[in-house]
Amino acid sequence: MRRTALSALLSHWRRHPLQLVSLLLGLALATALWSGVQAINAEARASYDRAAQVLGQDRLEQLVPSDGQRFSQDVYVTLRRAGWIVSPVVEGRWFRAGHSVQVYGIDPFTAPQGTLPGAVQAGGGIVDFITPPGQAYAAPQTVADLAGQEGLPPLIAAEGMVPGILFTDIGIAQDLLRAPGRISRLLLAQGQPANRPPLAQIAPGLEPRAPQEQADVAQLTGSFHLNLTAFGFLSFAVGLFIVHSAIGLAFEQRRPMFRTLRALGLPLRTLVGLLAAEVMILALIAGLVGIALGYVIAAALLPDVAATLRGLYGATLSGGLSLRPSWWLGGLAIALAGAGVAAAQSLWRLWRLPLLAPAQPRAWARASARGLLRQGGLAAVLAGVAVLAGVFGQGIVAGFVLLGAMLISAALALPGALAVVLAGAERISRGVLAQWFWADTRQQLPGLSLALMALLLALSANIGVGTMVSSFRMTFTEWLDQRLPSELYVTARTEEEAARLRDWLTPRSDAILPIWKVEGPVLGQPAEIYGVADHRTYADNWPMLRAEPDVWQTLARGEGAIVNEQLWRRERLSLGDPVPLPGGVERPLVGVYSDYGNPRGQVIVGLADLVAQFPDLDRRRFAIRTDPAKVPELRAALVADFGLPQDSMIDQVTVKQISLMVFERTFAVTAALNVLTMGVAGLAMFTSLLTLSTMRLPQLAPVWALGLTRGRLARLELGRAMMLAALTMVLAIPVGLLLAWVLLAVVNVAAFGWRLPMHVFPGDWLWLGALALAAAGLAAAWPAWRLARIQPTELLKVFADER
Amino acid sequence: MLLSLEQVGKTYVSAGMPVEVLRGVDLCLGRGETVALTGESGSGKSTLLHLCAGLDRADRGHIEVAGHDLTAANDAALAALRRTAVGLVFQQFNLIPSLNVAANLAFQARLAGHEDDAWIKALADRLGLSDLLGRYPEQLSGGQQQRVAIGRTLAARPALILADEPTGNLDEATGDAVLDLMMELVAEAGAGLLMVTHSPRLAARLSRRVHLSGGRLAA
Ligand SMILES: Nc1ncnc2c1ncn2[C@@H]1O[C@H](COP(=O)(O)OP(=O)(O)OP(=O)(O)O)[C@@H](O)[C@H]1O
Ligand SMILES: [Mg+2]
Repeated sequence: MRRTALSALLSHWRRHPLQLVSLLLGLALATALWSGVQAINAEARASYDRAAQVLGQDRLEQLVPSDGQRFSQDVYVTLRRAGWIVSPVVEGRWFRAGHSVQVYGIDPFTAPQGTLPGAVQAGGGIVDFITPPGQAYAAPQTVADLAGQEGLPPLIAAEGMVPGILFTDIGIAQDLLRAPGRISRLLLAQGQPANRPPLAQIAPGLEPRAPQEQADVAQLTGSFHLNLTAFGFLSFAVGLFIVHSAIGLAFEQRRPMFRTLRALGLPLRTLVGLLAAEVMILALIAGLVGIALGYVIAAALLPDVAATLRGLYGATLSGGLSLRPSWWLGGLAIALAGAGVAAAQSLWRLWRLPLLAPAQPRAWARASARGLLRQGGLAAVLAGVAVLAGVFGQGIVAGFVLLGAMLISAALALPGALAVVLAGAERISRGVLAQWFWADTRQQLPGLSLALMALLLALSANIGVGTMVSSFRMTFTEWLDQRLPSELYVTARTEEEAARLRDWLTPRSDAILPIWKVEGPVLGQPAEIYGVADHRTYADNWPMLRAEPDVWQTLARGEGAIVNEQLWRRERLSLGDPVPLPGGVERPLVGVYSDYGNPRGQVIVGLADLVAQFPDLDRRRFAIRTDPAKVPELRAALVADFGLPQDSMIDQVTVKQISLMVFERTFAVTAALNVLTMGVAGLAMFTSLLTLSTMRLPQLAPVWALGLTRGRLARLELGRAMMLAALTMVLAIPVGLLLAWVLLAVVNVAAFGWRLPMHVFPGDWLWLGALALAAAGLAAAWPAWRLARIQPTELLKVFADER
Repeated sequence: MLLSLEQVGKTYVSAGMPVEVLRGVDLCLGRGETVALTGESGSGKSTLLHLCAGLDRADRGHIEVAGHDLTAANDAALAALRRTAVGLVFQQFNLIPSLNVAANLAFQARLAGHEDDAWIKALADRLGLSDLLGRYPEQLSGGQQQRVAIGRTLAARPALILADEPTGNLDEATGDAVLDLMMELVAEAGAGLLMVTHSPRLAARLSRRVHLSGGRLAA
């Protein structure tokens, strides 16, 4: 019985292959976009986890300096003598000509068990490791990246290491990092002797730090990944619209068959079970296809994501994409769940349907006025949720609740809004044909509404994200001009060279502005502290968001500090609040400046003030003000006359290019997801129109019989689709602008810590509107062409039998 | 007794107003018996047939089919009864549009779990469908569809055949041939036939005739 009934149910798909394809394709695309994003996130998470395990910091307690600055290795010797079982680590970033790598210097004799990667322990003799030039272990990928760089010890590729880091002997690393005799922190072995003297007595500058399960980057990048997830989910939701409409249509068309099957003795329970099984089988197939597609998407997007993470957060992802069972099982599960959600309504209706209910396929999912009202009510409730989330919500989760509620609310309200517009048009139109056109369009609305809702979502997402990206680009370029006023940036190789360089440059430039900084904890999180010279360059250019009068003079006197926007927002500071610097001194907050693209907090104090607090700071970097036209000449002179290597200098133009590139890539992923979502919406349009066209003959045949040619009817059908797309586009503009505002003012602030002014680009909307019209036209073209060429006998059939 | 109805009543509510279609119908139909059901359009003939098939439930009275009390049976039991004991020929043909004629013919027999290929082939010959086996319902005329629907019912060899104007779409000769076939089967298998018809000529060929009017049956 089950076999017979199932084969009858499945025979429907054989007769309607297009419906089957659109169902499978919709679900596969939805799954693909979702699981592609998940694959990227999983890859990043795995990288962060491995980074957290470097040097066993996820298991071991450590001793770290309370001011965050490197300290003398004498402290280590003292601790050892006093009985503490500690091992020194020096850590820092090594830069050279656009390449950089995180260097870890370790002491192979005292390092606790299991802290070093296997390869380092197993690799060659310890003598080669510790005697200059020493050896450095790194992931094969990193070794390849650094190939040919001068100044590094011989590199040894070791499988299984985190990319982007080097392990070398502590002495070698101190040379590399120009930190002779200094160390960054101490690893504490497990099982310390009981009666060792207290830390405060012998090493007052150090404090214990508990094992850290999460790398810093995992925290920093959390919002970025949430962002990706949200967009993946949006695409998935748009895809579900297709699935829902395809399943709904297949159910409606088979209603007479369901009735016959039941009349012939198939129990309702069995019928519903078979249909559920059918949906699940289809979901399984589509899910598998979707996962394969998702893998392709992830592989295509991963380089951009990796570049963003590296540029924005300094987090390195390993290159490859691995197929984790948890990932593809998750993808299958979401495909099944999505199909289940999409089919639930249809199955429920069938369950409740009396056996002898009229079996004519009702106008597909006919939405009565009551249905529209109910949908409108739901839209109003969701709009209320959005407003509540916007007013009372905090943080990125509230931002996404606001976003989701707003978008769904707009989508739900769309059919009602269109119905009102069409009814209005019907009222004011003259001529019988025009009236028929508007009334008929309104009758078509329920069948098209899901596709139009998908189109609305895709269009408003496009407008919203496009506005965000364009606003960003505009603000960012302006901001770069302010932040990078100096024409040339140079880094000397040694402090001594730096001093000579200053003397040499003084007569040859307008100004030499030191760029000196230290790193250390500020208000509980790692931050950079810069010193600023007393020069009008800053007063003229610096992108201040708010400031007390005379802020630069105050800094020059060493009586204040300014912080970047992210630190200011995170700590909810106000002007006048004390800003504690590493090492204990405090300066009142006298200004806030914008600092896009920096995940960390930043503090600026007067240069003399900084040097007084941190006399050991690195004094090798300078910015040079000069006539922009003279930059190439100056560069040449620096190389030829002074003897500075080319790669110690970088000019303003290049810095700007690099910064812009990072940001282009940051949004490349969002833009790609956007385009895919748009494609999914176009597909939804196409399949809905095509399936509707087969059910429309009974409505069109009488009009044809009354004297309209098939060609005329086809043109009207084409016009109808484009008109609906145009109306949807008009409604999508306010929704998209609202979306952009939420992204800029809520989500970005929570995700990155900065807020961007919103700029509006109506030219882009014209372009997008043209795109939507073209999509609708293309989607309608094939059904219209078929209508224009339909055999009159097909139309006559409508009158022949009213089955 | 194959079918027995006792004081069966049915009231529809349409547009808020109760419409009492059946007001106490009594009927008995034994093995090998063929009964013609006549009545004006809208008198409730289809309603009565639907109740006998367990497609709908009576508001009052008792219906028994092949020893099963329909009024007490749950939905699953009713479905099982329709599958195994009852054959329905609908006023609308209710073929499965996505299956071809051959598959439609065999469908109910397969559903009931006893498919007899030789018998189905013989039926197709007798009903003049042998050349149409590969076609789909939409490619058939009304009368051809009617014959497929009758064949589908007969293929399952039901004990009780309920037919709602089965020959309404057929010309006189074909109609007669189809009726012959049904009567043969009834006689052979000791089945019963309750057939709605507007044609006095056809009604006269059956063993008994009842007339539905005013919600009650009269001989
Ligand atoms: N689901 C229903 N709801 C309300 N009224 C109904 C329903 N089904 C049938 N009726 C009404 O019940 C009466 C009997 O209908 P039924 O279909 O049984 O008539 P019939 O005798 O088969 O007519 P015909 O010879 O035209 O087929 C009619 O007046 C019809 O309008
Ligand atoms: Mg009837």
